[in-house]
Amino acid sequence: MKPAFLDLDPDARRVPVRFAGETLMLPEGANLAAALLAAGVTVLRHTPVSGAPRAPYCMMGACFDCLIEVEGTVRQACMMEVAEGLEIARPHEGSAR
Amino acid sequence: MTRYDLAIIGAGPAGMAAAATAAQAGLSACVLDEQPRAGGQIYRDVERAAGLRGDVLGKDYTRGAPLVAGLRAGGITHLAGAVVWAIEDGFRISYTQGGAAAQIEAGRVLLATGALERPMPLPGWTLPGVMTAGAGQILLKQSGVLARHAVLVGAGPLIYLIAAQMVRAGTPPLALVETQTRADMLRAMRHLGGALRGWRYLLKGLGLMAEIIRARVPRYTGAKEVVIEGDGRAEAVSFQSRGRRHRIACDTVFLHHGVVPNTQAARSLGVGHAWNAAQHCFVPVRDAWGQSDVPGVFIAGDGAGIGGAKAAEIAGRLAALKLAEETGHLSASGRDDRAAPLRAALSVELAARPFLDAAYPSYAGAIAPADTTVICRCEEVTAGDIRGYARIGCVGPNQTKAFGRAGMGPCQGRYCGLTVTALLAEANGQSPDDTGYYRIRPPLKPVTLGELASMDGAGPEAAG
Repeated sequence: MKPAFLDLDPDARRVPVRFAGETLMLPEGANLAAALLAAGVTVLRHTPVSGAPRAPYCMMGACFDCLIEVEGTVRQACMMEVAEGLEIARPHEGSAR
Repeated sequence: MTRYDLAIIGAGPAGMAAAATAAQAGLSACVLDEQPRAGGQIYRDVERAAGLRGDVLGKDYTRGAPLVAGLRAGGITHLAGAVVWAIEDGFRISYTQGGAAAQIEAGRVLLATGALERPMPLPGWTLPGVMTAGAGQILLKQSGVLARHAVLVGAGPLIYLIAAQMVRAGTPPLALVETQTRADMLRAMRHLGGALRGWRYLLKGLGLMAEIIRARVPRYTGAKEVVIEGDGRAEAVSFQSRGRRHRIACDTVFLHHGVVPNTQAARSLGVGHAWNAAQHCFVPVRDAWGQSDVPGVFIAGDGAGIGGAKAAEIAGRLAALKLAEETGHLSASGRDDRAAPLRAALSVELAARPFLDAAYPSYAGAIAPADTTVICRCEEVTAGDIRGYARIGCVGPNQTKAFGRAGMGPCQGRYCGLTVTALLAEANGQSPDDTGYYRIRPPLKPVTLGELASMDGAGPEAAG
């Protein structure tokens, strides 16, 4: 299936980023949440209450639904930029998943 | 700790315009903004994106570029990527930038924190693939990322704007599912006379509509009983329109039924707020200059009541003129002379508002959601839970936290606060003003111990 999102700038320089154990090539300096969506990632985390899947919702740092874990710290993907070698995990799920 | 005459929170139109006007008058101004580049959400990343996609985004977007350039003027310090998490009396402002916490001091504070999408709790709105329409615009502006198979759901001019932008970019939305009714439009007509003074907005709306119709994007109006279906992600929107049930398969759903002031920072400072029935939200108490009921705290732009980007820019300048006068950089008559044309322009900017508010009201099904609908996304509390708390004596939003954690998750009530107030007000037969809102306390955004430990100038000398 095609990703739900289309990237209008496919020529940007791409760098490897690890997300939940998978290597993705994402545009350097791009908004991380947007880059993950464009790469076909649909679920960024599962809620601690019911385990329901979640993905970016507001894209402006207000809703906290795009939480990810980077180097042991839970952060908002929509408030970060793509950098080479980022190691991202779904929060509290460990880097292998 | 560096001290400024004025600290401005937010680099959207209000904050940027206020900084330029204040600096021109001779004040030292520090603009703190959490995004890596200035512009706010309306002009997000405009300096980069205007050249890349200005044709898709339109002139109302690219006109933000000179405002961003204005931040480089002398007298203005722009702290980009600075997440403000506390504003304390005096004023001391604590923020995180690049993984380290820091503080500045300022004689006065202008809050230009803008708007948030009005929460739109529907069945299925927490599924991956469901986003705010504002988020859809941010994806397009900042990242050039477009949804291939999207349905727009709700009411308001922003729905038409993003639909037209998607048409221009070559990926029109699958459908517009609009919740406003013919009766809403008839009620709005009594405001049409006044709205004609804001004819530019009405004309722009008609132009957007023409683009949408030319692209043959199906429109369904008067939609109700809207449900987002999907197992693990959004797969379809189903709804009732003109007596028939419809179902549209899609990957992405963009929700919008208006925006509301982001009041977190103002509330944390103890600024009074009052219910605005026309805009169906709380707005901070302030005078014609944007001065709040807390000495030294000003509020400008959509954070003070929804008026749009151009109104925000004017309000920012008005606040800066008053601040310049208060700090002895401008005489009272000089202030008033410069304010007069701004006030005239502001009244034109706001002329179409009552018409738009009446024609595109918030969606009733999301103001009083079904019992099973999640209303607090963070803690997964349902509308039925809140009604249940009311039945056992819960009268205000702060009490709901003790009953069931609503508003205690990481978003700190940003996307459930107004819903909780509305549900409790209805269940208890009280006004929204009597029901109140969550008490907001710092930190306004999460801060790690590591960031705190790295705080520059946090020693006893700086603290004293």
